[in-house]
Amino acid sequence: MSISPAIDPVEAVSKAFSTAVKGVDHFRDETTIIVDPAQLPAVVRFLRDTAGLIYNYLSDISAVDYWDEEGSYEDRMGRFGVSYHIYSLLYNRRLRVKVFLPEENPTAPTITEIFPAANWLEREAFDMMGITFSGHPNMKRILMPTDWDGHPHRRDYPLGYETIQFSFNIEEILKHKPFAKE
Amino acid sequence: MVVDAQKPFALDMSQWQGSLDELRGLVSDRAMTGETMLLNMGPHHPSTHGVLRLLLELDGEEIVNCLPDVGYLHTGIEKNIESKSYEKAVTLTDRMDYLSPMSNNMVFCMAIEKLVDLDVPERAQVIRVICLELSRIASHLVWLGTHAIDMGAMSVFLYAFRERELILDMFEMLSGQRMMGSYLRPGGVWRDLRPEFLPALNHFLEIMPGRLDDYEVLLTNNPIWVDRTQGVGIIEPDVALAWGVSGASLRASGVNWDVRKAMPYSGYETYQFDVPLGDHGDVYDRYIVRIAEIRQSMRILHQAIKKLDTAKGGFRSNNRKFVPPPRTELGQSMEAVIHHFKLWTEGFSVPDKEVYVSIESPRGEIGCYLHGTGGNKPRRVHFKTPSFMHIQAIPVMSQGHMIADLVAIIGSVDIVLGDCDR
Repeated sequence: MSISPAIDPVEAVSKAFSTAVKGVDHFRDETTIIVDPAQLPAVVRFLRDTAGLIYNYLSDISAVDYWDEEGSYEDRMGRFGVSYHIYSLLYNRRLRVKVFLPEENPTAPTITEIFPAANWLEREAFDMMGITFSGHPNMKRILMPTDWDGHPHRRDYPLGYETIQFSFNIEEILKHKPFAKE
Repeated sequence: MVVDAQKPFALDMSQWQGSLDELRGLVSDRAMTGETMLLNMGPHHPSTHGVLRLLLELDGEEIVNCLPDVGYLHTGIEKNIESKSYEKAVTLTDRMDYLSPMSNNMVFCMAIEKLVDLDVPERAQVIRVICLELSRIASHLVWLGTHAIDMGAMSVFLYAFRERELILDMFEMLSGQRMMGSYLRPGGVWRDLRPEFLPALNHFLEIMPGRLDDYEVLLTNNPIWVDRTQGVGIIEPDVALAWGVSGASLRASGVNWDVRKAMPYSGYETYQFDVPLGDHGDVYDRYIVRIAEIRQSMRILHQAIKKLDTAKGGFRSNNRKFVPPPRTELGQSMEAVIHHFKLWTEGFSVPDKEVYVSIESPRGEIGCYLHGTGGNKPRRVHFKTPSFMHIQAIPVMSQGHMIADLVAIIGSVDIVLGDCDR
């Protein structure tokens, strides 16, 4: 059996899906393809099954929140980014497929049909970032308790430590901090 | 509640909030009618290796399905790291996979080094390899001991922990801590090897092969061990890949993928070692592969000791923007004082970019996704941990087996719940 030579994933995806690719990024020998969320499963399936690509191992799904106090995510394609790190055992190379999702109702289609391993990783992204994956068989929290309020990894979710008291902010702190024996 | 001693014991189900409907689609329809039995295993069960809960659907003693429930050990390490500067966050990564803290340090440091393009001197890389391989042996010894004790072989547990103690002593020489050393830092390691370290390592490498033979005498051809492990928990190579299984568990299924070979880091390409493979992907093969890995790790350690004599550079990078200056310089150089002050107050800044790096931890591929902000704290750090993926794959391996086999399967994939829940 002969192995077909490796082909450039960016070119191949751009050729096969004319409207899917929203951007390409190269940084420190890593390649990122930013794709349209609606076409994500088709792109991932294409990357997995096409000769010369064969990205057959899903390493990781990481969600990132670009929110900050100044609202700097406005120059990006959305508030949330979800990165799918796929790896090809045959050609020994990695690829990051990334989607950007809006602040309101961030939803991406699931890829559990293509990679069963995505099941828990997508649940984790839902639990931590509040990103829902449509078509997922069991879209429930995984690490946090089922009755938890909020999604802890969002950047506007407070870390929950004690504010350090100084003379200039003590009144502000006392306003919202009840005393133990009150 | 007052217990009436006269009445037979019965659970008061009136306060139960849940409903079977929540499980619809996850367990078979036979469970809804009560034809199969639902049984909780854990979160406090000796053979779940931590706080893992498994909801078993049983037909008699046969497992129809099993639903793992994780998160009991979730400590928000990733969220915490977002509030720390990079140097300080290294100590948090120790606590994820507490049986091989060095691997966590390593993957996090490598992500930072890649993001800021920081060099690591040759000598530091060799020290790192020594640490990683010692971690691998220590972790495999804990795995071997706990796996064997689950199956009723008590003495292996005691022997394995005896040898692990030697490694922990060596870690104490390196970092002052037995387990959570935070010894690997961005740009190298915390301090150079102590003079007593190499004699201890040589002594360990001298006695370990014989000790390993002792374990094998106890287990490898032991009829009870073979009966309980061969043909149990088989996972086919393509199924294992689809479920994200990695490390020794994947190689036991015959897939030749070791990150140390495929994408070498820290100079692994200059070492001679083999990647042990299994044929059947069952519990027994996972045992054989891990034992063989310990021998390969010792082979790497022998080569690393030789390399130490010739390796150039110091034990950490000389780039003062990321790595603190040596203590001796602080009394003489104003610049060193400034660098020291800046690093310990503000830390260093990394670009607003993302990287993903992965290494071969004792359990499998551990990956770190790191996204900087341009400032001194990360925007997001996400660890892809092998235990998380392996627990997900336990149902695939255990369907159709007996409950007693499930204990063998959980032990064989080598999970650490701190690694899974982070």
